[in-house]
Amino acid sequence: MVYSGKKASESSEPPVEPRIGVFICHCGTNIAGSLDVIAVKEYALTLPHVVVSENYAYMCSTPGQNMIHDAIEKDHLTGIVVAACTPRLHEPTFRTATANGGLNPFRFEMANIRDQGSWVHMHDWDGGTEKAKDAVRIAVAKATMLEDLYPMAVPVEHRAMVVGAGVAGIQTSMDLAKAGIETYLIEKEPTIGGRMSQLDKTFPTLDCSQCILSPKMAEAGRMPGIRLFTLAEVEAVEGYIGNFDVTIRRHARGVLTPDEAAAKGIVGGGCTGCGDCSQVCPVVRPNTWEFGMAPRKAIYIQHAQVVPLIYTIDFDACVKCGLCETACGTKKAIDLNMEDELFTVKVGTVILATGYETFPIEEKSEWGYKLYDNVISSLEFERLICASGPTIGHLVRPSDGETPMSVGFVLCAGSRDNTGIGKPYCSRFCCMYSLKHAHQVIEKIPGCKAYIFYMDIRSFGKAYEEFYYRIQHEGAKFIRGRVAQIQELPNKNLLVIAEDTLLGMPVEIEVDLVVLAAAVQPTAETEVVRRLFGVSCSADKWLLEAHPKLDPCGTTTAGVYLAGVCQGPKDIPDTVAQAEGAASAASIPIHSGQVELEPYYAQCVEKLCAGCGMCVGQCPYSALSMIVADDGRTVMTVTAAKCKGCGTCGGFCPGGAIRMQHFTSPQILAQIDAFFLGGEQ
Amino acid sequence: MADEWKPKIIGIICNWCSYAGADGAGSARTQYPPDVRIVRVMCTGRIDTLFVLKAFADGADGVLVSGCHFGDCHYLAGNYKAAKRMFLVKSVMQNMGLEHKRFRMTFVSASEGAKWAVVINDVINTVTEIGPSPIAAERKRRGL
Repeated sequence: MVYSGKKASESSEPPVEPRIGVFICHCGTNIAGSLDVIAVKEYALTLPHVVVSENYAYMCSTPGQNMIHDAIEKDHLTGIVVAACTPRLHEPTFRTATANGGLNPFRFEMANIRDQGSWVHMHDWDGGTEKAKDAVRIAVAKATMLEDLYPMAVPVEHRAMVVGAGVAGIQTSMDLAKAGIETYLIEKEPTIGGRMSQLDKTFPTLDCSQCILSPKMAEAGRMPGIRLFTLAEVEAVEGYIGNFDVTIRRHARGVLTPDEAAAKGIVGGGCTGCGDCSQVCPVVRPNTWEFGMAPRKAIYIQHAQVVPLIYTIDFDACVKCGLCETACGTKKAIDLNMEDELFTVKVGTVILATGYETFPIEEKSEWGYKLYDNVISSLEFERLICASGPTIGHLVRPSDGETPMSVGFVLCAGSRDNTGIGKPYCSRFCCMYSLKHAHQVIEKIPGCKAYIFYMDIRSFGKAYEEFYYRIQHEGAKFIRGRVAQIQELPNKNLLVIAEDTLLGMPVEIEVDLVVLAAAVQPTAETEVVRRLFGVSCSADKWLLEAHPKLDPCGTTTAGVYLAGVCQGPKDIPDTVAQAEGAASAASIPIHSGQVELEPYYAQCVEKLCAGCGMCVGQCPYSALSMIVADDGRTVMTVTAAKCKGCGTCGGFCPGGAIRMQHFTSPQILAQIDAFFLGGEQ
Repeated sequence: MADEWKPKIIGIICNWCSYAGADGAGSARTQYPPDVRIVRVMCTGRIDTLFVLKAFADGADGVLVSGCHFGDCHYLAGNYKAAKRMFLVKSVMQNMGLEHKRFRMTFVSASEGAKWAVVINDVINTVTEIGPSPIAAERKRRGL
């Protein structure tokens, strides 16, 4: 149904005496086991306007919903109260049941007697019962004042945006594009591919990571439905589901693509990725993509498989000597004076896939990372063992370039760590990649010993446990216990000091190289993007899904979805699975063409409005403006489609002239009065 | 003891952070005393100082307003505006003869179920220590 456009002053109190039905859910024993549901049901009947009160084992079940349906017809109810779990879980369920019974769905109110009742007062039968009675009384007070409301239907832009082009972002964009939705793919790095492109092999199948990712990268780069923007970041966000206006900052690349060159009238110009510029560039800098283990020029590509294959100028390093311009010749691809560009796009839905970075393990100084040459991180190991890496796949120890004959792998380096320096959570994929690393050293270096220092091995996925057995049989040594300290010996070997908790004794093992399986954390940009889109985060700063079980891809901001590790640590299969889920979720509103917005918007009661205009500055969405009314007075007016229903204007209006639908001042005051002043008949 | 005094406290809390956090305390089965009742609003920005003062006028022993952390508001800045407004509450409370400590504004995010329990315990303990609201006592004396 579509908003009728009725003015607030025209709406009136329900013409008939309210008739409220109250339904108490047992939730099995979740509620009924901790408080007296029968007493609550009987108490409800003593409340004004309550004409029917029932209790049932599972109100959310079909028979439970039918009770509501039947009671509306039989008892001519004007309002429904269900005392059960939280409205954040089942308000939609019971609204549908209310609507099916022929009543406007917004005449439903929920009393939370489980999540904020029985579950938090499990051992206080009387206290919990009294609280549940009060919760019902408060809900009934509101239900008597509820009125018919109609959601606004707004059209949805037939475009989507994906922020972050790691494997999650690539998969999501490709799915959306294949579903016929034009998709903006925004990546802050000069190339797509993300963390997965830095890996050598993937567990447990030992596929070459680039071999399975590169074709996807290339396909994503040329798919007509994907508008790819690398070296780009989200700068500002406005709007709401269906109609987001996202401003993108495209950092100056210093190099023109063939399309950009054509647009500038340079025939046959633009970067072809030939690399002539890089060869003549005199400035050498560490390649950050290789963790500084290889050099790069000031004009560079991160690695051979970059998408798009366009060189990038590092303007922090560039001395603007112009040699590259000369080398580029007639292609005229280089523009040393290029500046950042801002542009705004309109999209219907957004998927965040901003990934992860590793925890700075140097903060755990007892392991000597960045102090001792031969202590490296797992991602550095990936590059050192990778055939396309800085050593062409020869694993060497950094101090002397020798082949290590013994390698210690320290798991949970910063994960499952409650000391306050590390991260309290499990980073989830480190066990498996450390097993993979052990396999790689045993396979590549005959006679090399692999020691795995672990707390638990979590081989949770399909064929993972079998992989664990395989590595055990290949001869890796497993030592259960967190590593206490790593000491460097005069020959640059390392002494790993740990407790073997299975033997119940301390162990000291000398190894040539130590690899720390560093904890993972959200990228610094994730926090920026999260705030721009108004998405919540967990205590660990991972982006928070709308519901961990029922809505794992959604967020509390309608139209914004999550994919990949930005939501929490996950391996590649789980990342890709969630990416496909997010693509599906994000395409639903787009394909349905319109979404219904909850009708919780503000209205101005013109006869009460003094025209002070104070409310206008309170609104974060510029939804309010001052107009001249029919009678010549200046009054406020609301653009309902812009209003998100926070009610900040209504909370501020000195004259009480603003009416927040479904959260009107009389409704809230009635709830407060119901609690303190009683209300039993 | 059946007639032991228990404080009557109301919590007016935002849907996106504190209400979700309070649900989170439930999912984790974190136990706290049942002396706080909840009224849900979409944003703490919705909270008119009138709501808080009406609760005190009705005889509330304590009022809790809780929303998102600064910078995390689902509606960008409703919590900042609410926090500014709530200063007014304290000055009016003084005129009503009520102790400031009966009113509290807190910030509990959707993931902070444990913090919610700490907040509730703290509010209940603080209000219990101060004792019954003089307004409630007066209402009782007059038989209202």
